[in-house]
Amino acid sequence: MDSSQLLGITTFTFLFASFLYIGTLVFKAKKLGSLATGFTVVALLILTVGLGLRWVESYQMGIGHAPLTNMYESVVFFAWTIIIFYLGIEWKFQTKTIGAFAVPIAFLAMAYASFAPINRGINPLVPALQSNWLLAHVITCFVGYAAFAIAAALGLMYLCKTSFSGRNDTGKSKEILPSLNVLEDITHKSIIFGFIWLSAGIITGAVWANSAWGTYWSWDPKETWSLITWFVYAFTLHARYTRGIKGKTIAWLSLVGFIAVIFTYYGVNFLLSGLHSYGSN
Amino acid sequence: MQNNNSVWQFFASVKLALVTLFLITTTSIIGTLIPQKESVEWYVSQYGPKTAQLFAVLDIPDMYNSWWFISLLFLLGFNLVICSIDRFPGVWRQITADGLKYTAERIRKMSTSKSWESPDPSSAATQKMTQRLNKSGWKTAVKTIDDGTLIFSQKGNWTRAGVYMVHASILVIFLGAIIGYLGGFKGSVSIPETMERDRIALYNTREIVELGFTVRCNSFAIEFYPNGMPKEYTSSLTILENGQELFTQEIEVNSPLKHKGITFYQSSYEAYQDFVITITNKTTGEQKTFISPFQKQTEWAEEGIRIGIINAKALGQSIVSSKIWFSEEDGAPITQWLDDNTTATLDGTDQDYQVSVKQMYATGLQVAKDPGVWWVYIGCGLMLFGLYVAFFMSHRRIWLLVSNTKKGSEIIVTGSANKNRPGFEGVFDNLASELEQAS
Repeated sequence: MDSSQLLGITTFTFLFASFLYIGTLVFKAKKLGSLATGFTVVALLILTVGLGLRWVESYQMGIGHAPLTNMYESVVFFAWTIIIFYLGIEWKFQTKTIGAFAVPIAFLAMAYASFAPINRGINPLVPALQSNWLLAHVITCFVGYAAFAIAAALGLMYLCKTSFSGRNDTGKSKEILPSLNVLEDITHKSIIFGFIWLSAGIITGAVWANSAWGTYWSWDPKETWSLITWFVYAFTLHARYTRGIKGKTIAWLSLVGFIAVIFTYYGVNFLLSGLHSYGSN
Repeated sequence: MQNNNSVWQFFASVKLALVTLFLITTTSIIGTLIPQKESVEWYVSQYGPKTAQLFAVLDIPDMYNSWWFISLLFLLGFNLVICSIDRFPGVWRQITADGLKYTAERIRKMSTSKSWESPDPSSAATQKMTQRLNKSGWKTAVKTIDDGTLIFSQKGNWTRAGVYMVHASILVIFLGAIIGYLGGFKGSVSIPETMERDRIALYNTREIVELGFTVRCNSFAIEFYPNGMPKEYTSSLTILENGQELFTQEIEVNSPLKHKGITFYQSSYEAYQDFVITITNKTTGEQKTFISPFQKQTEWAEEGIRIGIINAKALGQSIVSSKIWFSEEDGAPITQWLDDNTTATLDGTDQDYQVSVKQMYATGLQVAKDPGVWWVYIGCGLMLFGLYVAFFMSHRRIWLLVSNTKKGSEIIVTGSANKNRPGFEGVFDNLASELEQAS
């Protein structure tokens, strides 16, 4: 069994877990919720083994490096961090309904990784990528991205809930989804968490760029978009802290922020050119 | 600082910060969509002459260095400075506030509180309470009041400055960028193997800068993976001052050479059609290195030999192997295929020679001097520390009011935190129970 088979199995396990979470949400079935969590944990374990195996395989090929060096590997790692972050939230806040919004993101990421026309091979590292900063930079960025993905899922839940209860105050969504205050609280905390990691990601990238090219900042599209993303979340945090803006506005901003994340991560590699072009193959 | 001057208020406002952040964010997008630093002709061919002219007026082709974008960054920095000057004194008062100045009445009204009776008189109870607090790491200050004592203790009062650390860190990064801009340079130099350079050309102005020392490229090598992808570019560089060799260092991508604040980064290379031939007399140990153009003879007069490359096999721009032609004055010429950058022995009639041949390259180095980079790094470190402090640490305060009663004393403990109140409630409940048990 090789890593790509394990990652393929993970994709379908995430799909199944997503259905279970959505089922839990729709039918308010507690047992289904435990099953959903169980499948997600199993998927996470398979994914972890798959990533580890891919790492080992690269060493067997004599080009050993962490599985974080092209679009395929980064999307898989993105799914991995989302699930870890989500399971942390499920455990801390004892609510399963967020899974119906968060686990599908991990499934979509894995599905994209498995079926999109991208290079799934294990390739040797070009000289620029051979640096200890690679691990620090990729991990910090993706922990941030995962937190922002969850924040966006929560923002979406918030907006769904307000639009349902706007029509009917006694609607079912009131009982199924966590209260608006809880949703807002977790959104805010996820954004804070993501913001710190994104800051660390930008900083490790800058230090790396300086050790490779002698320039810590060159307004390359990837750098600029990461800064734009950072500004969107800085704006969101300031709006909340200094002007007391809450509720729907923050929920919308969490979605805008995540669009910026997706563009920084994905859009720049495919639509614009620059230093990170190796991510697009 | 309370300043009602309207100009001051404008620059101190968060609204200005939000507007500036919004403007920087949205305008930054332009430069990611329109390629930067292309030639005038390129913009004309891509966007037409009228749009290209508009771009030129607005500095779009180099927007991140344009006056208006730099002004926006300065506005953000200025706003941060004024905003901090405006608000920090208030925060400083909170950091240094004396909790003992709280009145008994105010403490009794606080919502997070617990009270109990103790058989001890207030003086003995006060001592027990302070000891218990000290044991849990809460330093105490005690004041005698009308009918007993007031104990105050706090943790993390300095954490109120966290958000200002983050703001200051951005200013430190800006400062580092300005120092780098004023006191540094960025340029490049291409050095063919065996040659040396003591000046470089700057990127922006094409101006020539004297290094103050000399760099020699001893050799350059590319390694490839079996699939043909480049694995590593390596240059061996020697630094010389006044003709004296100081040191030699191998550089690779991601591991540069630094001398006198100037750093040399491996960035590119150029392949020549010439060859570097190193030949050694195996008997005398005499060695010489020649640059030999393709299919041209080179003579080593002292040894009486002639050598040249008459044929070569290439993979792309890279020579894989080359055919040497070697002749002594009185012998028949020898020819031999030799892999690039390997050594072989040529059996001459008089002497044996060891010879190695490699394709000649020029190494392309990026050269940077940035005296501000450490400021930038300090700013980055301060930012991460400040973010952690601002979001995850809080200022927690505890008051104990110990008043004499007929049976002994009444103890009221209250507390407050400026952030994460639910978390503090838990800490407070534990501490209050411990204190009650200790009394």
